[in-house]
Formats: sequence, C-alpha cells, structure tokens
Amino acid sequence: MSDPTDSIDPFDGASVPAHTGSALTRVLGLSALAALVVWALYGLVWSPPDREMGDLVRLLYVHVPVAILFYAGAGITTAASLLWLRGRTPGWDALAVAGAELGVVFGALTLLTGSIWGKPTWNTFWTWDARLTSTALLEVLLIGYLAVRRVDPSPAGGSVRASILGLLLFPNVIIVHFSVDWWRSLHQPATVTRLDPTIEGDMLVALMVGMLAGALVFAWLLVHRFRVAWLEQQVERHDLDAAVAARRAEGGLSPSTSTSTSEAQPA
Amino acid sequence: MSTATTILAMSDGGYLAAGWLGAIVLVGGYALMTLRRGRKLSRRVPEGERRWS
Amino acid sequence: MWRDAALVAERDLRVELRSRVAINQVAPFALLVLVLFAFALDPDTGVLASATAGLYWLVVLFSALLAVSRSTSIDEVDGIRDALRLSGLAPAGVFLGKVAAVAAQLLLLEVVLVVAVAVLYDPELGGFPLMIATMLAATVAVASTGVLYGAVVSGVRVRDTLLPVLLLPVLAPVLIGATKAFETAFGAEGLHGWGWCGLVSFFAVVYLVAGSLAYGALLEG
Repeated sequence: MSDPTDSIDPFDGASVPAHTGSALTRVLGLSALAALVVWALYGLVWSPPDREMGDLVRLLYVHVPVAILFYAGAGITTAASLLWLRGRTPGWDALAVAGAELGVVFGALTLLTGSIWGKPTWNTFWTWDARLTSTALLEVLLIGYLAVRRVDPSPAGGSVRASILGLLLFPNVIIVHFSVDWWRSLHQPATVTRLDPTIEGDMLVALMVGMLAGALVFAWLLVHRFRVAWLEQQVERHDLDAAVAARRAEGGLSPSTSTSTSEAQPA
Repeated sequence: MSTATTILAMSDGGYLAAGWLGAIVLVGGYALMTLRRGRKLSRRVPEGERRWS
Repeated sequence: MWRDAALVAERDLRVELRSRVAINQVAPFALLVLVLFAFALDPDTGVLASATAGLYWLVVLFSALLAVSRSTSIDEVDGIRDALRLSGLAPAGVFLGKVAAVAAQLLLLEVVLVVAVAVLYDPELGGFPLMIATMLAATVAVASTGVLYGAVVSGVRVRDTLLPVLLLPVLAPVLIGATKAFETAFGAEGLHGWGWCGLVSFFAVVYLVAGSLAYGALLEG
C-alpha cells in the first residue's frame, strides 16, 4: 500500500506533531533510560564476577529479566484475548497484539542471550536445556499468533481467531514448560541456567536493577505499540467509512452517519 | 573508550559484548520501528481522534 | 450435543469414504515417510530400531496435518459454514463430531503404521497395553487440537502453510509423551511410560474442552 500521508494529510503539512508520544511515555522513557544506564554500570562494572562463571554471569543480568518479560508479554496477550472475547472492546485487541509483538522481541532476545551464554559455558550455542527449549517453542507459538493476525483479510474474524489463539497460549505454555522440563530431567539434573539462589550483594542489585530497567523499557514499548495498534484500528475504520460513503454516493444517496464511534469529523 | 576495553578484557569479553550489544540493537531497533510506525499512522488519523498528547 | 456430534462424525466419515483421501493419499504418504527415514538414517546400524518410537510418532503427526487439513476443507465449501451455524447444531457437537471422524481415520492409520514399522524397522515391540493406551490418548489429543486449530485457520488463503506452524509446536508435548511411552513399552528403563501417557491424556482432555468451548466463536467469526 503506498504511503498516503501526503494526499490525505488533514493539516496541510502544518506543524502539529503526529506521533504516539505523550507525557506518560516521556516519563517512562526517561526513567527507562536512567535505569538502563545504572543497569549497565552495575552489570558490567560495579558488580563482581561470579565465583564459578566468572564474568559470564553479567550476561545473565540481561538474560533473566528479558526471559521474565517474554513471559509477561505472552501473559498480556492471553489476558487481553480473554478480556476481548468477553467485551469485544477493540482496546483489548490492540493490547493483545502489542503484548505478542513485545513477547516475540523479548523471546528472541532471551534465546540470543541464552545461546551466547551457552557457548563459552558448554562449548555449544545450543543445548537442549529445558529453559531454552521451552522458550524456543513458545517463541514459535507467539510468532504463529502474529502470523494469523497478519494474514486474515476480515478484521472482525481475525480478532476472533487471534483471541482464541491468545487464550490457548495459557494451557500451551504450561503444558510445554512442564513436559520439556520432565523430558530433560530424564537426561540431566535440574536445569543449569538457574542463577545461584544465594546470589547476594552487588550481584543481586545488578539483577534487580536489570528487572526494573527491563520492566520500564517494556512498559514504554508497550504503550507505544498499543497506540500503534489503536491507530491501525482507527485507520481501518476511516477507510471503511470512506468506502461506505463512496458506495452511497454511487447509489445517489447522501452520506450517512459514519460507522465509527468518534465524534470529530474530518474538516 | 576505556569502559569498552575493560569489558573486552574480561574473560569471555567478546561474548559479553555480543550479548549486551545484541540486546541494545534488538530492543532499540524495535523501538525505532515502532515509533516510526506510530508517526506514519498518526498522520493518517485526524487530530480530534487521538486520545493522548 | 452428542447426537449432533454423531451426525457430524457420520457426515465427515461418509465424505471420506466417498473421496478416499485418507486411503489413497494420507496412508501412502505416511508409509513413504517411513521409508524415507530409512534412507536418511542408516538401516543397518540399529539406529532405526532404537529410534522407532520417535519416528513413528513423527509420521503420525505429519499425517495428522493432512487429515486435519482435509477435515477443515470440507467445511470451507461455499455456504457450509453458514449452514452449520444456522442449522441449530450445537457448535460443541460439531467440534466433537469432527474430532471423532479425524480420530477414527488416524487410529486406523496408526494401526497400519505399527505393522509397517514392525516390518521395516525391526524393533523390539512389547508392552501392548501401554502402546494401545498411548495410541488412544495421543490420537484424541492430536485430533482435538487439530480440529480446533484447523478452524482457526479455516478460510485463510495460506491455510496449508499456516496450520503446521501453529499445530506442530503445540503438539510437541504430545510427541514427547507418546514417544517416551512407546519407548517404555518397548522395554526402555526409567522413562515413566504410564506417566507420559497420563500427560498425553491430560492434554487430550484440555483440548477437547477448549475446542468444545471455542468452536462456537470460531464458527461465528
């Protein structure tokens, strides 16, 4: 689809900002940046190397928060799917797709950092460790979710299918997690990617700061992505209105009330 | 760039750099993509209908 | 609801009997893949025999993709979906009927494949109660998941490439469980075969319920 920003720009190129930012995102964004800096400092400089892993533990300061956020993204998609099915409010649909996309990004990052950590540790980029394998499977599930959203021609039907898929993420995640865990435990003692639970001091701080920074970045991204999805819905509604109006004009009828729930009409 | 050299000098520094840089690139790239999509779409929606400022 | 299910199952099976897709296409495909595995893996070093359980269930999964695709396409013909919706049949019944039809075809195929595998791979078969229980549980699990996801991608143009992407990761636990159960049946030690069979059964129940609940919404959407 060609970029129509020039032909239907309602502001005639005036300087009103057109973006998904707001006071909320500025606050979130700045806090995220600050937290990221502190995180980098703690993770890379101020915290000591681990007794066993050496400096490699610093990768886990990225890997662990990112993995948790991956599950958070999937969880948001599931919850939003359920809420959409109950009320059919478009906002939940937008949240579901935002959560899924963030999930995919953070999932990819989890797999990437996990592999990079694995190479010097086990001398291989991939090992059928329970956590990595589950994550890979769930990543594919989320990618499948996004694929279904992308191919569906009719927006209404697409949201129904996607929300069912989103809901199914919940049992899928649980079943996959436990079966892969059990499967690997037959061959390995408990998963090796767990951080030493007695982690303390500056290392614990680094991890906590990582969680905070990650959560802030995630929240900031989520707001923006949600707004993008919301805008897509608006655009679709406008295109639909325009198409309906055109049909009515063809039929010699006067343009009727729009199908959208918005109040402001284009000038 | 002394920080960079300190990091690279650590054991497995190359992996560390790859991991952290990868994170920045991936998340940063996605952030830029999303912001750009936001701008493009915002231009197509009349101002009255945007609910944030 | 059960009568509706029986009705739909009967229709699906009658369509299958008339078109003979399962017999003429899915079964040969399955047997072919079994043979191809022998080409890919060295048949002389006993790899095939020791990997029989996993290879068997892989073939079943791939064949299920075809069977589900076929089951879904029956209802994509113009107007059938509307007819189903307006017919007053309980959606859960329609779902269960389709599951029953797919499951019946898959079970038949699995029996044929057991014979084929016994002949071609020369494994040490055994533990028949566990084998049969696993086959039943896994078939229901695969069929119910398949019919549900088939409905999710029904009508989409790229349905045939989308279905595997959605279905295979979801069925991975079933593959793991059924394989481990079969391996236990064949005499492997310490694998908790009946536990895995239980997991697969649990999976089957989850998807039977999920599909019954969700099918209505999917028919409407």
